[in-house]
Amino acid sequence: MAINKNNKELQVAAIKNGTVIDHIPPCHLFKVASLLELDKMKNNTITIANNLPSNKCGTKGMIKIADKFFDDKEIDRIALVAPNVILNIIKDYEVIEKKRVALPDEIIGLVKCNNPKCITNNEPMQTRFEVVDRETGTLKCHYCERKVQKDDIIIE
Amino acid sequence: MKSKSLVSIDQCSKEDILRILDNAQKFEENPNRRLLEGKVAATLFFEPSTRTRLSFETAINRLGGRVIGFQDASTTSSSKGETLKDTILMVSNYADLIIMRHYLEGAARYASEVTNIPIINAGDGANQHPSQTMLDLYSIRKTQGKLENLTITMVGDLKYGRTVHSLIVGMSHFNPTFHFVAPNELRMPDEQKNFCDQHNIKYYEHTDFTEDIINQSDILYMTRVQRERFTDLEEYERVKNVYILKNAMLEGSRDNLRILHPLPRVNEIAYDVDDNPKAYYIQQARNGLFAREAIICEVLGIEI
Repeated sequence: MAINKNNKELQVAAIKNGTVIDHIPPCHLFKVASLLELDKMKNNTITIANNLPSNKCGTKGMIKIADKFFDDKEIDRIALVAPNVILNIIKDYEVIEKKRVALPDEIIGLVKCNNPKCITNNEPMQTRFEVVDRETGTLKCHYCERKVQKDDIIIE
Repeated sequence: MKSKSLVSIDQCSKEDILRILDNAQKFEENPNRRLLEGKVAATLFFEPSTRTRLSFETAINRLGGRVIGFQDASTTSSSKGETLKDTILMVSNYADLIIMRHYLEGAARYASEVTNIPIINAGDGANQHPSQTMLDLYSIRKTQGKLENLTITMVGDLKYGRTVHSLIVGMSHFNPTFHFVAPNELRMPDEQKNFCDQHNIKYYEHTDFTEDIINQSDILYMTRVQRERFTDLEEYERVKNVYILKNAMLEGSRDNLRILHPLPRVNEIAYDVDDNPKAYYIQQARNGLFAREAIICEVLGIEI
């Protein structure tokens, strides 16, 4: 495997093409892996590292997925639990793009409403949440209007 | 309005509210206008509510329309497991308008998204009941001659009472001052207080229901402490008799004070208040007819 000469201190193997998800809070690493459905990927080489030293935030998690490029909807899933991660898009060992994930204005599907009396929990339909506060990660159900705080979010 | 359906009071601008209230006034002058001739309105009450249903059905009849519908979902196919979507689409084949009450929150909004005909939300669980808010606003304007700069005191269950939450939103266009009188367990939630802060609305919270507060008020909005909202029935027993209005408490009140209540009342307004000319809750319910006639015409785009 070709290794860039600057990468002497690489703690995990570099990939030729694919996506490197960096600066994942260690406590959310496995949640991110699950949201991206990495367990269902059969043909991609996946490296998962956790509790790596980080200049920015003490420790961090990192996921490298070879030959996989995510579309925006897939990325939205991560923003819910790890809003500050950075996606490095790798082509031929070079980072050709760094993407920040951001909470969208609206989240369709994905999140389950916490209100058992909400229509979304009683009808075969997609949920829909407005992001009412990006700072605190507060969502509001478009249907029953109940607010849900970041820590109480249930992913479907 | 932003949508041709009326699902929630917060979709109404100040202009929308004033237009609907002006039209309601026309219906008070003459409630019988054959504006719905040849139209069919469906009243779908997945949860029974006799008062609201009679008010809407009277409104349709006085407008010359015909009514189809049900008043109890147990006799309909939703009890066989039909989805709300299918029920709404089926009825949409027959009717020009759907007025619905549902025990699930968000049901009316979802219905408005699956059909092309207008939906009027006649209550979705503990969430919204915009025609109640409209009749409250109508009653306030009618008794005070204006909506601006009024002092409104809300008493009772301010935590679970959706009518008071919606009234705050409806009044927010008109520079009100609120007094919130409730036991600690049932005080106004932070969400509504934050809303007031964001809209520069003055409010004061009290746990004691005193004549001093009544004497500062233009509107006294009483609410029922509803047993069904409690999970802890001991808590209900503890607070249900705390906030009772008696006639003697009204002695020093303003001449223009009027007492409103969304009804039904249990014991929160003593019966000796009924003969006081400041008692307005029965007329308030009558205003619901005019407000609902105006709302029906609004969602159908009918000029009055």
